[in-house]
Amino acid sequence: MQTVFERPKTLINQPFRYCPGCNHGLAQRLIAEVIDELDIADKTIGVGPVGCSVYIYECLDVDFVMGAHGRAPATATGIKRALPGRMVFSYQGDGDIAAIGTAEIVHCAVRGECISAFFINNATFGMTGGQMAPTTILDQRTTTSPRGRKQDEAGFPFKLGEMLAVAEGSAYIARVALTKPQLIKKAKQAIKRAFLTQQAGLGFSLVEILSPCPTNWALPPLEAVQWLEKNIIPIYPLGEIKVKEGVPDAR
Amino acid sequence: MKKILMKGNDAVAEAAIQAGCDLYFGYPITPQTEISEYLSLRMPEEGKVFFQAESEIASIYMVYGAAAAGKRVMTSSSGPGISLKQEGISYLASAELPAVIVNMSRGGPGLGNIQPSQSDYFQAVKGGGHGDYKVIVLGPSTVQELVDLTYLAFYLADKYRNPVIILGDGMLGQMMEPVVFNKPDFPPLPAKDWAITGKDGRERQYILCFDLDPRGLEQFNNKIFKKYQKIEQEEIRYEVFGEDKPEMLLVGYGTVARILKSVVREAKDLGIRLALLRPITLYPFPSAIIQKLAQQAGRVFDVEMNMGQMVEDVKLAVNGAVPVHFYGRSGGMIPSVEDTLKRIRDILGK
Amino acid sequence: MHVETMVAGFGGQGILFLGRVLATAGMIDGYHVSWFPSYGPEMRGGTANCVVIISDQEIGSTISDHPNVCIVMNEPSLRRYAPTVRPGGLLVVNSSLITQKYHDSKIQILEVPGNDIAGDEIGDPRTLNMVILGALIGYHSTVKEESIRQALEEILQGKKSKLIDINMKAFTAGKNSILRKVTE
Repeated sequence: MQTVFERPKTLINQPFRYCPGCNHGLAQRLIAEVIDELDIADKTIGVGPVGCSVYIYECLDVDFVMGAHGRAPATATGIKRALPGRMVFSYQGDGDIAAIGTAEIVHCAVRGECISAFFINNATFGMTGGQMAPTTILDQRTTTSPRGRKQDEAGFPFKLGEMLAVAEGSAYIARVALTKPQLIKKAKQAIKRAFLTQQAGLGFSLVEILSPCPTNWALPPLEAVQWLEKNIIPIYPLGEIKVKEGVPDAR
Repeated sequence: MKKILMKGNDAVAEAAIQAGCDLYFGYPITPQTEISEYLSLRMPEEGKVFFQAESEIASIYMVYGAAAAGKRVMTSSSGPGISLKQEGISYLASAELPAVIVNMSRGGPGLGNIQPSQSDYFQAVKGGGHGDYKVIVLGPSTVQELVDLTYLAFYLADKYRNPVIILGDGMLGQMMEPVVFNKPDFPPLPAKDWAITGKDGRERQYILCFDLDPRGLEQFNNKIFKKYQKIEQEEIRYEVFGEDKPEMLLVGYGTVARILKSVVREAKDLGIRLALLRPITLYPFPSAIIQKLAQQAGRVFDVEMNMGQMVEDVKLAVNGAVPVHFYGRSGGMIPSVEDTLKRIRDILGK
Repeated sequence: MHVETMVAGFGGQGILFLGRVLATAGMIDGYHVSWFPSYGPEMRGGTANCVVIISDQEIGSTISDHPNVCIVMNEPSLRRYAPTVRPGGLLVVNSSLITQKYHDSKIQILEVPGNDIAGDEIGDPRTLNMVILGALIGYHSTVKEESIRQALEEILQGKKSKLIDINMKAFTAGKNSILRKVTE
């Protein structure tokens, strides 16, 4: 009999802690699949954030350093400078990477730091209970924008990927979603290209993964997916935002 | 070994290299920037890493990452920059990561100024960041001691898996004095088998800075406080200077202790018997010896370049047994021998 | 021995270098020494000063409220530091730039036309600091002359070593100007 589907070796065999309909589990599974395919589990070091993404260290069978809110890119830089031959990635939510940790991620991109950042954008602070994030879209209701985000008060949604693409040091930047099988396939390719970019020493790579947050959006999982497709994707268009010459193909 | 005339900041930097510092992460701020400048030149010569971060915050988390990877790591700053690093220092203590942090402190609060000060004493010894933790704090008094305590700082950091602060000031950083580089042979340290280096065949490892279960976190805090207890038993260092049977015990550290040595000598010429207790480790604090000498002298005079910080620890040590007087200059002012002696004479009525 | 020397002037007059040479020479002679600069926020054009202490005992304070020796290279420094000189002490005045006459019967005052000697005799105005140091040591030999040369060799290494000779030449010219004055 031929095995057509199995748990990636790098994904630890235990239930995820995430809410039903959250995409963290799927995103982490894809990272695990890519680590297996590239056969880099032995030399990969993950850096954790603060927020729902924090549980990643329980899920992936690689070495991890857990750090402070927003500072994962700096911690990853310290590790990469200490151990230049290792594959180092950060895994961060939007509160972490696009609010408090903006300076660290921008400077990683500017320097062309050879790390990969995986950014789960669910347009809200998840773990603290659904407050407004810089990525919250206009009119989106959160616990700190109960009347919806208003531009004259709280400005505009933060398009981190586009901003980092401007930096000369960034080599590969993509935005993906996990709402359909073909999008999941593309997301995995993007994650793979990010690791390959790092492996080739081409510079900084980032994959922004749009994810629903049914609990904080107060929607059933399926409706959350539909809401994301209808409202979030138009603000945060999918695709490869920057591919520097020489970035290896995922296939 | 040849004596060379060297600036305090340069001397710390050179000592760090000799102590086996693998990576340094800095950010410019007066009066300690020469440490960065020196290391930017010398670290690459030694095949080591110098890196100027985008902020004090980033630099302490780069330290955190590199320390987690099992390397010897240092950062340095002054006043406001050290404030920015405090969150990271709390994380280092929580993750039990060794690191050396140099503070060539300056006048505060706020931007303050760039002149020498000891106003970061509380911040250093009471744990300037959040949570229950301690940092080993060394208080050098000469450029030579900056060198010797830098060697020691790297050793203690690794020995206890704890951050160590070298608490200097602008005067120590900027002044030149003759130094000899003579690295002692420290006892061997255990291998850093906890380091995060990639699995490479072994089981995976991780470094955490949290425990969401309160029972677990309390257990962890008990564990690190047992470690601090051991530090308090084994690592106290101090110097006693001056006369036997003094009429008054002076207490001061760092730059102030230098001035107090001059005071002790000048007082002797006037027929006043003084002794100085100079804490070298500010945490762990030499409470027992202060208590003993204070009782013998019957009177304590604590001098600092701040509004009165270490004096609280001195009072705790003395525990009300004898009077504790205080003289402080702040804002970057340095107490003079003349003024200090005048105050002592007033107290003694001589 | 315990000599506290204040060196003060404009940034760019080689104040800190002069102090460093003096302190290094003191160290070579086997004394305890310290060198402490003023360090201000301005990079250029401000005032500069440093205190060098040479002593046969461990040095306490590295600052000096009442120096035994005070070198002033410009008028603002004269106004600020000349009154602080300890009674019985020595004030060295760069008379090329300081036209004002300073009087204090409790101290000795040595006038050295530093810029003139550096410019006319040495042909390099940048050697002003060593001319002044030469005058000081010629008058008041805190450190040995050969230690000055050794100090220069220690400080001016590599490419800079070619500057040792001109610095020594300036030092000697400064010293000779004082010897001439004393003989006169």
